[in-house]
Amino acid sequence: MTIARLFAALFLFCCIGAAASAARADTLDDTLALFLDDKFPQTEKAIGQLALSGAPTGAQILEALADNRLFIDKGSKTIVFKNAAGEIFSAKTGEKAAGVDEGALKKVRVNNGLRSAIDAAMGSMTLASPDPAKRVAGADAVFKSHDPKDLPAVEAALAKEKDARAAKAFQQARAAILVTSADAPEADRLAAVGVLKERGDQDALGLIGEMTEKASDGPLKTAGAAAIAAIKARLALWDIVQNLWYGLSASSVLLLAAIGLAITFGVMGVINMAHGEMVMLGAYSTFIVQSLIPPQFAQWSLAVAIPIAFVVAGCMGILIERLVIRFLYGRPLETLLATWGVSLILQQLVRTIFGANNRQVSAPAFMSGSIEVGGISITTGRLWIIVLAIAVFVALQLLLRATSFGLRMRAVTQNRRMAAAMGISTGRIDMFAFGLGSGIAGIAGVALSQIDNVSPNLGQGYIIDSFMVVVLGGVGNLWGTLLGALTLGVANKLLEPFVGAVLGKIMLLVFIILFIQKRPRGLFALKGRAVEA
Amino acid sequence: MTSRFLATFDRLGVAFIILMLGIAILVPVLALAIPPGSPLAIPPYVVALMGKYLCYALLALALDLVWGYCGILSLGHGAFFALGGYAMGMYLMRQIGTRGVYANPILPDFMVFLNWKELPIPWWGFKLFPYAMIMVMLVPGLLAFAFGWFAFRSRVTGVYLSIITQALTYALKLAFFRNDFGFGGNNGLTDFKDIVGFNVQADATRAALFSISAIALVIAFILCKAIVTSKYGKALIAVRDAESRVRFLGYRVENYKLFVWVVSAVIAGIAGALYVPQVGIINPSEFDPGNSIEAVIWVAVGGRGTLVGAVLGAIVVNFAKTYFTGVFPEYWLFGLGALFVLVTLFLPKGILGWFASLRRKPTQAPPTALAGEAAIAEEGGAAQ
Repeated sequence: MTIARLFAALFLFCCIGAAASAARADTLDDTLALFLDDKFPQTEKAIGQLALSGAPTGAQILEALADNRLFIDKGSKTIVFKNAAGEIFSAKTGEKAAGVDEGALKKVRVNNGLRSAIDAAMGSMTLASPDPAKRVAGADAVFKSHDPKDLPAVEAALAKEKDARAAKAFQQARAAILVTSADAPEADRLAAVGVLKERGDQDALGLIGEMTEKASDGPLKTAGAAAIAAIKARLALWDIVQNLWYGLSASSVLLLAAIGLAITFGVMGVINMAHGEMVMLGAYSTFIVQSLIPPQFAQWSLAVAIPIAFVVAGCMGILIERLVIRFLYGRPLETLLATWGVSLILQQLVRTIFGANNRQVSAPAFMSGSIEVGGISITTGRLWIIVLAIAVFVALQLLLRATSFGLRMRAVTQNRRMAAAMGISTGRIDMFAFGLGSGIAGIAGVALSQIDNVSPNLGQGYIIDSFMVVVLGGVGNLWGTLLGALTLGVANKLLEPFVGAVLGKIMLLVFIILFIQKRPRGLFALKGRAVEA
Repeated sequence: MTSRFLATFDRLGVAFIILMLGIAILVPVLALAIPPGSPLAIPPYVVALMGKYLCYALLALALDLVWGYCGILSLGHGAFFALGGYAMGMYLMRQIGTRGVYANPILPDFMVFLNWKELPIPWWGFKLFPYAMIMVMLVPGLLAFAFGWFAFRSRVTGVYLSIITQALTYALKLAFFRNDFGFGGNNGLTDFKDIVGFNVQADATRAALFSISAIALVIAFILCKAIVTSKYGKALIAVRDAESRVRFLGYRVENYKLFVWVVSAVIAGIAGALYVPQVGIINPSEFDPGNSIEAVIWVAVGGRGTLVGAVLGAIVVNFAKTYFTGVFPEYWLFGLGALFVLVTLFLPKGILGWFASLRRKPTQAPPTALAGEAAIAEEGGAAQ
């Protein structure tokens, strides 16, 4: 589809090009004549002219020159180039040149100075590319290099430009050149400062800073200083927004990992130390799904993996509950030790089957890349994880509030003995609650496979953080878990720029240790006599 | 006085003390005086290995004191162990002096490498052995006091407390991993040369450290036994079995817990300090939550609330670990995991409890699980 469109655009461009080619033919001849001399100054001049000419063979010629594939045919006094396979083409027409004697070919010499000139010329040639995205990329390259030599090319491109985004990029590139060249008219430079101020990113800040340092006192210097202050304020604001976004993204991961733990801990009062390994099983399920799925369905692999991971981890949870935890009721500390043992076994099992190395889980096309919103960039994969976290949260709330199973589960959480007296089979509720919590951990594993290494140790990294969320949120209801995850995730990312990642984490752990003094049962504690030990 | 004191020990305890004192004398003799070719001779690496086991046993003893007798399941005792180890390591680092790679008389190598100009304040005084020994006990003790004071006053109990202790050791691990925290970062402290003037690597020093570890274990055992058999110890056991009831009877439960918690942390710190010169390195991985929880299983295997069982468990499990990681390195974690599951399911009283039940007459009622009773009393049967 895109390729077809590209060809269409190319065709259109060629038609326009053909109309102009009559006028261009002469200049191309002159340019090529410069190569014939094979002297560095002439060659450099030729490169510059080629870049501006917009000749259809220009890019090929420059590429050939950089690769030492451009030759002078001494017989016919023309310039030819070889392609990578060694076939010979005419530089003027770009068609295959017949009857050229290999022995009469002489290489056009290049040195390092010429190579950088070629690079610059290639850059400015992309300014004339038919694809607007390429033109924007070219303009950005000019913006970064802000070489005054490119100014005519940029201005020419700007005059022709119809695409709004590309026009903006050209304007900014032009402003970057003007701001840094001291001999440009002051009015132009002032306007350029305005354009850069509007762009307002780190690069613009650097350019204006450079200019302000060199400029003598006057309107230019004051305008520069004002622009710097404005950009800095704007950047600081976006920085906070960006960190908030990172925090939100971290919170969603925490929520996914912790919510299953909160359920099992709420219902049964036991801590499942193998919870992290359920996450790991979910991630490995994703890996298996991706390696088995036919390539044409590859972009659906994660959608397939979510239910499978839920079932795999859920079944494993039910198995653990039936084989181990059932026999340890009323002994929460022993349960903790036993599930730790289970986690060691599961880790080693996965290590034995899949090896200790990281496994590659790829992201489907719609989940890779990022979107620019204002001054921040939002990774699509992270966005989907947030969506998944919200979906899981809503689904769980519905399950707990609107189904009979949820009602029973809440009853057991609130008062186990009374629930049993009312005819609820608490053993079955425990089993399914444990399976549900583990299954959700499996879903978390699918999400984590996108942002973390899929290795047997995957779960260990999240287990302590998940506990902290549960401790902070309490087991009263799921809103506590949500609030706990949001608090920890956002606080962590907001602290990070100031104190570093590790110290930030330590501060949060200390905060939780102090918090639990104030509210030993978390933010949302269950009220009533049942929970008073 | 002495006879009354000795009366508090059962036959098992006395046998344990005699055995430990015996090996404290015998092992150095066999290692040093017997020529290496003789079948009775103990090679130096075995002495170091056994010394390591004794340090682990001391840690297990400390853990049993709080878990077995007070019901506090600490998943962070490795933190106190490692802090004691770091205090000893800092003393050993300062002893290196000009023999380091950079030959700086004051700064340890890693500080020179990080381009630090002067010794950070926490390192002051560690050139003096007595000061370092005080720190070995003071640092874990103070941390335990601060932590316990907060935690026990606000009645954080059960799994919450366990998780918080785990977070504590995890936080310390992260901190010690940082280079700018000032304790060698990732690499920790190593390359030790001398301890109070003797070469750390020498066989005689190794043997002496082994004896000291055995004697420390005996002293700690006597101390713990004295605590748990005293009137205070009775109250402690009551706290374990029915905390609320003890509080309603007018006891200050938090003070009982705090005292035993701090004593336990100090013993763990001493264990760490003895451990470091025998293994020759201390690094942040000692703070790993996994290490602390592994120490818990030693106690569970040997038999919780028996003291001797903790020592036995630490030695048995670590011997098995050394053996199996050598022979079947891939299967050790399966074994360790299975140990956690099987011991909690089938041997709630550990090896010692199992032996006791074998010796008991069949007419007696079968013993109910210690922990089960505790939970029923504590929860009032709330959990089924």
